[in-house]
Amino acid sequence: MASVIRVNHLSKQFNEVTAVKDLSFSVNEGDVYGFLGQNGAGKSTTIRMLLTLVKPTSGDIQIFGQDLASHRSAILKQVGAVIEKPDLYKYLSAYDNLAIFARMSGIKPEKKILMEQLKRVGLDERANSKVKTFSQGMKQRLGIAVALVHDPRLIILDEPTNGLDPQGIADMRQLILHLSHDLGKTILVSSHLLSEIELVANRMLIIHAGKKMVEGRVDELLDPAKSLVQLSTSDDQQTRQQLQSTPWANYLQPGTSPIQLKMDKASVPQLIADMVGMGISLQSINPMHSLEDYFLSLTTQSGHVESFAN
Amino acid sequence: MWNLLQIELFKIFKKPRTYLAFAIIAAFIFLIQLGLYVNGKDWLKFILGSLDETMDLDYHKLNNGYAVCYFVLNLLLVHVPILVALVAGDVVSGEAGMGTLRLLASKPVSRTQIILAKYFATAVYVFAMLLWIALISLAVSVAIFGVNDLVVAKTSGLQLIESDDILWRYFFAFGFAFVAMMVVAAISLLLSTLSENSIGPIVATVGIVIVCTLVSEMEIPIYQKYIKPYLFTTYMLGWKGFFYIGSTADGETIKGSIQYLPGILKSLAALLAYNVGLVAAAVWVFRKKDILS
Repeated sequence: MASVIRVNHLSKQFNEVTAVKDLSFSVNEGDVYGFLGQNGAGKSTTIRMLLTLVKPTSGDIQIFGQDLASHRSAILKQVGAVIEKPDLYKYLSAYDNLAIFARMSGIKPEKKILMEQLKRVGLDERANSKVKTFSQGMKQRLGIAVALVHDPRLIILDEPTNGLDPQGIADMRQLILHLSHDLGKTILVSSHLLSEIELVANRMLIIHAGKKMVEGRVDELLDPAKSLVQLSTSDDQQTRQQLQSTPWANYLQPGTSPIQLKMDKASVPQLIADMVGMGISLQSINPMHSLEDYFLSLTTQSGHVESFAN
Repeated sequence: MWNLLQIELFKIFKKPRTYLAFAIIAAFIFLIQLGLYVNGKDWLKFILGSLDETMDLDYHKLNNGYAVCYFVLNLLLVHVPILVALVAGDVVSGEAGMGTLRLLASKPVSRTQIILAKYFATAVYVFAMLLWIALISLAVSVAIFGVNDLVVAKTSGLQLIESDDILWRYFFAFGFAFVAMMVVAAISLLLSTLSENSIGPIVATVGIVIVCTLVSEMEIPIYQKYIKPYLFTTYMLGWKGFFYIGSTADGETIKGSIQYLPGILKSLAALLAYNVGLVAAAVWVFRKKDILS
């Protein structure tokens, strides 16, 4: 399947802070690709690099098979996005906001088309109301209409359920599934909630402290019969090479650091025995019960839970 | 580009604060017109009394529409930069503060186009504001007070410009003022690209204009020699040159002439250079900027 987004060794440094480090992933045509990570993990910075708002320190991005840096305008004509909060011109009406961004996306804002877009998100009756009178949920829906007004091939949604009530969250989920299943759009959706990603995405990536932790199909990653086993050795790079030439290569998660294998928990003793047999200096081995446990462990490591306890 | 310019103009003229400047100007000019209508003759006598020994002045005739407009311009053009900064300082930073900048910059238009569209939209706003000043201070004043000769005070004394030799001078003076105000707009635009809220650029622009004006006015030799030639405020009042009429060797004024045209052209060139330099800097900053708002 053709890659819509291909990110290679992407890094972003803000002075002393590394926001994204050597990140590589690909999103295929028709995917609903979940981009999961806790707050501050590097999701928004990555999305901003995909939308050319932030310049990468190193690495490259290809979208629709073209280099983003050199084909920016042609690529962005086919991309729609809601970036964090759906901030729009508060002193303008919903209709005027939509018309402005339609024109900026290179299409003629015909009234019929714009009203259809507003109807799709349930705002047709508030078309002439100023955005400053809208609730957070209405702003979010208008943001979605703005992202979709030029019928883009790729839709990027950064934390689209933030600030929404339960009904709004359910509506957003339905909209994402509709865009994917009925209209064939490719969607990259970020969230800090695994439960959200699990319900809409077919593939996902977990990012932590700017680094990729795991990537794959959601049904495989969340398979309760499989465990995610994390290894720490004296030389992770060499260990990965050594494992590549063994049957364990089938369970290796690509590009993760530290090394991770998705495998039956019952096979862990055999893995240890084989590694010892290969002369690998194993420092620790950490099997997670599920991806959810693994994701939770990242959150706990960062001290969120402890800070509440204190 | 035309598409972007239309969008920027739409945004500027939909903002209530845009009309604040027009309302302030109208109120200010109205107050001057009212004052001069009631007490203009006495006021002119008070102002020109010590200077009229060389001329036989008819104060009733001198209190005319052209004189009112000249008086308004002398008072108002010093303060118009504040009103320009109010809009120009907000064009980029206001969008950053509102959160719309990230949406704008992720659209398939280049950042250079975005900045140029904002600059040209601000130019339309400044032009509209000067047109508004011209309409109220010149057209309305002429309608109320009528037309007659204009007395202009120079350091060398008083100078009389005949009524049929005045209108074209106003036309060029307003044109010059437009270029001068656009320097202020360009400073605001540059500061606006560096900020995430609009208060900073607006206050900073006003501060720069005040400091530069004060330094330009100081008669201190070291400032006069080394700093004044590089300050934009040194050239901003060049519009007054259009009202300094040329004269023959024996002191006869030459109708339709300007006393020191090269000086005006030099000022104009300096202001245009400032405009180009500041807009280029704004484009450079904005192109390099990581948009994190």
